Amino acid sequence: MDTVISTFLGKYNYWIYIALMMLGLWAIIAKNNMIKKIIGLNIFQTGIILFYISISAKKNATIPILMHHGGHGGGHEAIHAVNYVNPLPQVLMLTAIVVSVATLGVALALSIRLYQQYKSLEEDEILTQLREEQ
Amino acid sequence: MRKLALLSICISGLLLIYATGDFPSFGDPHSPAAEHLSPHYIEQALEETSVPNIVSAVLADYRGYDTMFETVVVFSAALACFFLLRVHNASPRRRFYRHNLTGVVLHVSGEKKIPEGSVHFERIDSKWTPQTPIVRIVSRLLTPFIQLFGLYVIFHGHQSPGGGFQGGVILGASFLLLALSHDLRFVIGRVGERFLSIFNSAGVLLYSGVGLVCLGLGGNFLDYSALSAIMPVGEVAARSWGILFVEIGVGMTVMASMILIYNNVASEGRWDEGL
Repeated sequence: MDTVISTFLGKYNYWIYIALMMLGLWAIIAKNNMIKKIIGLNIFQTGIILFYISISAKKNATIPILMHHGGHGGGHEAIHAVNYVNPLPQVLMLTAIVVSVATLGVALALSIRLYQQYKSLEEDEILTQLREEQ
Repeated sequence: MRKLALLSICISGLLLIYATGDFPSFGDPHSPAAEHLSPHYIEQALEETSVPNIVSAVLADYRGYDTMFETVVVFSAALACFFLLRVHNASPRRRFYRHNLTGVVLHVSGEKKIPEGSVHFERIDSKWTPQTPIVRIVSRLLTPFIQLFGLYVIFHGHQSPGGGFQGGVILGASFLLLALSHDLRFVIGRVGERFLSIFNSAGVLLYSGVGLVCLGLGGNFLDYSALSAIMPVGEVAARSWGILFVEIGVGMTVMASMILIYNNVASEGRWDEGL
């Protein structure tokens, strides 16, 4: 029983992302307002980004930028992968953050068009107007 | 409906928590993600590309295709905002001109205009509040320094944290600061729609153009070592130069996209007055 608890507590980082992702998913499904749905999408995205970054972490490792050019006295030392955190998830998230800002812009543009058309951002009011049109 | 949503979220949350049992623990240096490809990047990146910032090397060289299409995504997001919102011949809104000395505000409707460069009258937004000069002057003074820092982040991305995406966002943010502290017309007067659109597509063109030049010189697409044929540097240094060109392209696209998205969203596509 102790080992089970310690294995789960040792992975507390995943609990945080799961909490964030479920919070975002709740906002996407249950909230009525389009802007709140968009905020939910962004919270979900933040959870994913934190998840990737924590996967790249290594104990006692530093950022993936090499000290080099020899001028620091020690000459050329061998580079060990254990001493540097994994750069790959960082690269993926670096682009994902900027793309998420751009897609947020598209989402806001879509909600502006919705508001111009239906004079409302509430999902149920838009749905009733759509039913009345038919 | 809400109960159903809560139930499904609880179930998927529990399933995810159950799945963490198979995940590596936090900070494990031998987790599966760190075992296969990333040791090669960390140990060989400096030798192969002469770029000490491994993130830049992986971003623009090893994963060049991925980054190219991420740039295209940002470009098309700006394009999507343009197509969704931009209106060219909308019925003109009422315009408001404020007489600077007396504070009298004129409402002008229709096509009549007060000339742009008028000393006595200043065009103001319809939801205008008196602005303190401190905010305007400080943000105007700060803008060149922010832009300088953005350029530093782009061009120093090889040696320190940075690169085209981050620098492009900083450059774009400097213009958004002007748009928020003054008004939207102030920014549009300096970087117009035509300039931004050309800049936006030029970034993507520069990125793919570097790839095509590599192809023309006998290498693979985006294989920058082929650039050494037309530059007086070795194959390894050519790869770091290729990374720099590509990062500049990314920075141009990201900067222009941020401003285009803001201008379209803030003015509902009218480009006359913002937030």
